[in-house]
Formats: sequence, structure tokens, C-alpha cells
Amino acid sequence: MDNERVDQIIDKYNREPSYLIQVLLDIQAENNWLPKEALERVSERLQVPLTRIQHIATFYKAFSLVPKGRHQIHICMGTACHVRGASRVLDKVEEMTGIKPGETDLDLKFSLEIVNCLGCCALGPVMEIDGKTHGKMSPAQTTDVLKNYE
Amino acid sequence: MPRINSPAELEEVRKEILSKRDPNKPCITLCSGSACHASGSREVAAKLEEEIQKQGLSAEVDIRKTGCHGFCERGPIIIIRPEEICYFQIKPEDVPEIVSQTIKEKKVIERLLYTDPNTKEKIIHESEIPFYKNQGRIVFGSNVSVDPKSIEDYLAIGGYAALAKALSGMTADAVLQEVKKANLRGRGGGGFPAGTKWEGTRNAPGDIKYVIVNADEGDPGAYMDRSLLEGNPHAVLEGLTIGAYAVGAHEGYIYVRQEYPLAVENVNIAIKTAMELGLLGKNILGSGFDFTVKVHRGAGAFVCGESTALMTALEGRAGEPRPKYIRSNIVGLWGKPSVLNNVETWANVPLIINKGADWFTQIGTESSKGTKIFSLVGKITNTGLVEVPMGTPLRDIIFKIGGGIPGGKKFKAVQTGGPSGGCLPEDALDLPVGFDELTKAGSMMGSGGMIVMDEDTCMVDVARYFLEFLTDESCGKCVPCREGMRQMLKILTGITKGKGKEGDIELLEALAETAMEAALCALGKSSPNPFLSTLKYFRDEYEAHIQEKRCPALSCKELIAFYIDPAKCNACTTCARKCPSDAIIGGKNLIHIIDQEKCTKCGTCFEVCPPKFRAVTKISGVPVPPPVPEEARTIVRESKQK
Repeated sequence: MDNERVDQIIDKYNREPSYLIQVLLDIQAENNWLPKEALERVSERLQVPLTRIQHIATFYKAFSLVPKGRHQIHICMGTACHVRGASRVLDKVEEMTGIKPGETDLDLKFSLEIVNCLGCCALGPVMEIDGKTHGKMSPAQTTDVLKNYE
Repeated sequence: MPRINSPAELEEVRKEILSKRDPNKPCITLCSGSACHASGSREVAAKLEEEIQKQGLSAEVDIRKTGCHGFCERGPIIIIRPEEICYFQIKPEDVPEIVSQTIKEKKVIERLLYTDPNTKEKIIHESEIPFYKNQGRIVFGSNVSVDPKSIEDYLAIGGYAALAKALSGMTADAVLQEVKKANLRGRGGGGFPAGTKWEGTRNAPGDIKYVIVNADEGDPGAYMDRSLLEGNPHAVLEGLTIGAYAVGAHEGYIYVRQEYPLAVENVNIAIKTAMELGLLGKNILGSGFDFTVKVHRGAGAFVCGESTALMTALEGRAGEPRPKYIRSNIVGLWGKPSVLNNVETWANVPLIINKGADWFTQIGTESSKGTKIFSLVGKITNTGLVEVPMGTPLRDIIFKIGGGIPGGKKFKAVQTGGPSGGCLPEDALDLPVGFDELTKAGSMMGSGGMIVMDEDTCMVDVARYFLEFLTDESCGKCVPCREGMRQMLKILTGITKGKGKEGDIELLEALAETAMEAALCALGKSSPNPFLSTLKYFRDEYEAHIQEKRCPALSCKELIAFYIDPAKCNACTTCARKCPSDAIIGGKNLIHIIDQEKCTKCGTCFEVCPPKFRAVTKISGVPVPPPVPEEARTIVRESKQK
């Protein structure tokens, strides 16, 4: 992400330091992760120390300081999904992709995250890939769904 | 629409909107909340628009895409007005038939109707379906009548009348007194009286004050605030503006999770249109009162639902709580007096102002007034959002509205109050829901998550699950929470893995006591609740895990084994084909055996074994019987013997 685009985002919030989290969220949404250069630019333009930006980037779950895979897998671990067997779905996904939650595989194909409730509890256990919801998952179905992603 | 400059003009605009609307014109209402989106309502909407145009009905039929209707189990949902015909689980393929049959020919399509599971009777109208019939939807009910992106829809159902009433006919103090008299208690968890909170802020010194909507709904399995903000954002804005007027604030914030993109989108649209109409901004409705609202997205931290942590996050810093020697309604955001209430609390305010505190206090129990929206999820037939008057027994919510437990399973517990709440057993089902009633029973109201568990749910694992969640979400600022929970989780995980030992329960109790006494914020103080309430009601399960290394619910992976009963196996080969780990040895006419070394205990065999055989079983606490010797595995079928 180039500095020009980072500046545009910062300007959208009138260079107001209290909007720091909102700026970072926009960068994360567009770029999928927060590159060091972008954070340095934000620090400079908003006049916020880089240490505080690092604190925020590691405190909140929405941010990633490393690149993400082409496909984002979110396994819902909300209570409703948990009692309906979400951990078995997670086990299967871990086995198939070879990665644990929070990790990205070496080919940058998948990033795996667990989330605490996607709010479609009627469909639990739920797996979301690139924003598409796959509901009522069983370990066997999980295998079939993952095969469709390249 | 032009700017509205007075309450009288507001009424004129309303009349004009209503005069343009023909109540007899067919209108197709489609639920477009996040839950229905996940079950395909976007595709249905696209097909509906296409089909209406194709059949040349664009001028004769309205389509309204509303927020969540609550009956998420049966989504996507369509209601056809004026007849109020309700169709469930609509697929795009059903759309042409709906348009040609129901819209054109006025014929009801039987197969899309709701079927009562007990009487097998088909039900046409929403109001007759048990799920809806037994609710009291004073707050959530409007969702079905408004397109959240249209301020006209909200005005058509009487929107902003409460604001007009407050600004033109009531002093700020009168508004405050009305809310106090209504005894509106915070719907976000604590149940603190909103009026008292407001009063503190109003009386606090200083000219700058803030009002804030807490839409950082982080409890897993709870999504009522999202559905309200997504489906009826103007109701929340109206309540917030009335609150701002009452306490003397001119700036407001909505702190909403970024995981709720539709809520963020809809509330931003609502703010923009309300600004254009002069219902927000400078000199609202000509009253001289100014009020603006900003939206901040939360970046994913459960602790930010806590008031001081949320305010710190609004300031653009890491959301860590602070000790509350002085409450945030006196010293809050940027050090100024700030009222923070949850989405549902704000949405109740216009109702109280419109209909009066006397009306509001008629609903509910002695100490809990009004209604509460619950997110009824887990092992329940009718998953969805339900709004009931306070005082409704848990049993009515779970069985009458929720339709009980699916699959003929037995009810075991209901978990209320989110991760810091507690599990209540069958004996507690006649408890009327209310803030104090639930706390007394060892749980709490929380924000309204209600997770139903059946006999297959292990209560030790539930406690472990919540502790894991809370440990992960602990901000790490204070020791009892950061370290205490970590140790509790370690011990609980050990118990679920068969590594529990004598004395574990006592150690957990000691850790729990310390966290309750010494943690900094509500998250830490309440973190032992899931353990304490499960221990209180399900101590035998803890003991079975520790002493017998047995999981009574047959759920803890390390303590169970899958086993095929040789007497029941019919060699249908289904399990062997479906096993993702190739752990099943078998073949045509051979009794199938699970290779316990290879088995990952994923449970696929248990699920796919045909119900007429039910040969795959789960065992716990006893050794797996040795496999049938190879020479004895051939099944000799009677028909072939003859």
C-alpha cells in the first residue's frame, strides 16, 4: 500500500489522532494486513508514537502484522457453534490446511482464524470463507468445501 | 425531503408519507438481516426483483427489505401484505411461483408455510405461529415494518414522535424523571438503572457531556443488539438523542463492532438521513437543541464492552479498563461526564417517552420492567431472537417459543448472561427472567444470550470453553484476571483431558474467589461464574471426570472412544467410506472395526451410521472391547442361507 493511499485514509478522518483505530481498520480492510511502512506513515501524519500504534495493532484482534493468505477461513467458536460441535470442524480444517488458528500457510493460500460468534447461530457450526457462510458443517462436509478453494 | 423545522411539520411530513401509501397495495417483505443473508436472502432478493419486473408488476407491488425478524431458524423469511402470508426458508427457485401464485392469483402456497411440529397444521399468519405468538415484541417488533435504510419507513410507523414530544413539550428534567420512573435498567449486562446513571451525568459539573451507544456486542451466541441496530437504527438514534437532551450532551458516539458491517452501514445511512431532515444536527425540530453523532468501529476486543475500556478505545487507544473509584458517568470519555448505554436500552427510550412510564412499568416484574430480547441459540428447535416481558419463565421461552430440544434429546442446562454468566439446570426452569432473579440463581441476565444445552453437552467442557474465551480476551492489566484465569483454564483443560486429580476442584474454588475479590473490572470479577455455576449444579460431572476419567455427556474427546457394536453392524460400509482418517477396517459382508490408533474421534462414523442400525456407539470410562477376531467377522445373511 503506497503512502498516497494511506494519506487519503488519514485525511478522511481529518488527521484526528482519536481516529487512529479507524484509520488502521481501513488500512487493514483494504490491504489485509498492516505493513510497517504504512504504520510509520500513520505515526508521522497523526503525530502518534509508533509504540502506541504497535500496542493497538497487537491489542485488537482485527489487525494483522503479517500478510494474509488468499482465502480467509473463519471458524465460528461462539457458544452456540461450540455446543453443536465446532471444535470437530476446526480439527478437520487444521488437519487439511496444516495450519493453526492465527496462521497462514507457506503458499499464502489459506489464513485460519477462529471468531467468537458470527451471529448466524441457526446455521451452526458455521465456517466462513472469504465472507461466504457455510452453515451446518460436519467434518466430512468441511473437507468437501475446502476442496473448492484454489 | 426538505428539512423539518418543527414538531408540527414532522406530523405533516408523516401524514404525507402515509397518504402516499396504500395499505392494500401488495408488499413483499423480505428479511435481510445478517443471519438471513447467511442463509441466502440476497439471492432471493435479486430473484424477487427480477421476477417482479419480468411479470410486469413493478408498479403494483412493493418490495421491502427489512432487518431481522427473529425467526432465524427458518430464514430467509417472506411476509406478503396485506394478507400477512408468511413463507419460510425461501430459495430463489421458489420466487417465480410466489409471484405468479400468491401475488397475482392470491393463492397460498402450502409447502412454504410454517408447519406446526405437534399438530402438523399449516399456519399462514405470523401472529399465529407459536414462536411469535408467545412473545411480546414492543421493541423488536418494528423490525418487520421498516426498511432500515429508509427514514420514511420509520416516520410512517410514528418514528421521531417521541423526540418531538420531548423537545417541544418536556423539560430535560421531565424526560429524565420519566425514564427514572420507568425504572429502565441497562440491557447490556449490569442492569444498572439508566435514569440514575443519566442523573449523575446531568448533575455533574461541566458543559461538555457525552452520550454513547454500546454496540460492542461480544458475547458469543448473542446477536440481538446487532439485529436491532441493523434493522431499526433510527429507534436507537432517537433514543440516544432524547438521552442527550435529558443529560445536556451535544455529542454522541456509537461504538459498534467492525464484525457487524451491515450494522455500521445502516447506522451511518440513518445518521446521514436524520441530519438531512434536521432530526439530528443543529437546532433539531426548531427547538434550539444541537446534537451530532459519530460512529466508531471496534477492532475486536471483548473487554471493550466494559464502559471504561470502551471509552478508552473511543479515544484511540488500547481498550483497557480503569478502576472505577469515580464512575464514568461523572468522569468518562476525555474525562467528561458520559452516559453509556447498550443498544437495546436506548431503543426502549422512545417507547417510554411516547407511552409514558406508567405504561412501561405495567410490563415486567417488581424490579425488572419492560421486555428483554434474548438470543435463543444452541440445542434448540427454533433458533432466533425472542422478546418477552420480564418475568416470563425460562420454561416458556425454551419450550413454548423455542420449541424445545431437537432430535428427541433431553434438556440439560441453559446458559444465560454470556461468558460471565452461568448455567441453570432443569430445576431452575420455572424461574421468571429478571435481573435479580437470575443473579440469585447463580447466573445473570447479561446482554441476553441464552444458550440451550442438551444431554450431549459436557458441563465441564462448557466451563473450560468460557474460561478459554475469557483468558483469551483478558486485557492483561490486572494479575488476578490475567494469571488466575490462565491457571483455572489449565486445570479445567486437564480435567477434560482425563488428567484431573483430587484437590483440583478446591484449587479452582480458591482461584475463583481471588478473581472475584481482586480483579479490576467486571470481566475479571465475573470470570469464575461459568465454573462456579456449573460446579454448583453439575458437581457430579466434575467428579466423574476426575475420579473415573469418564465424561458422562460422552463429549470430551480424550475421554471417549468410538466403537462399532459387532452385533449391530450390517456391513453397509457407509462409515468406512466416510471416515476421513481411513480408520475403519471392513468390507462387503464384514463386521466393521475401528482402528483406535488411527481414529481421530471426529465422530463422522457416529453421524453417518444409518439410524436403523445404530451400530456406532460412544463409550467413556471403560476400556474399548477387543476387536472381533478376523475369522469371525464375516456376516452370514439369513436370506442368502436359504
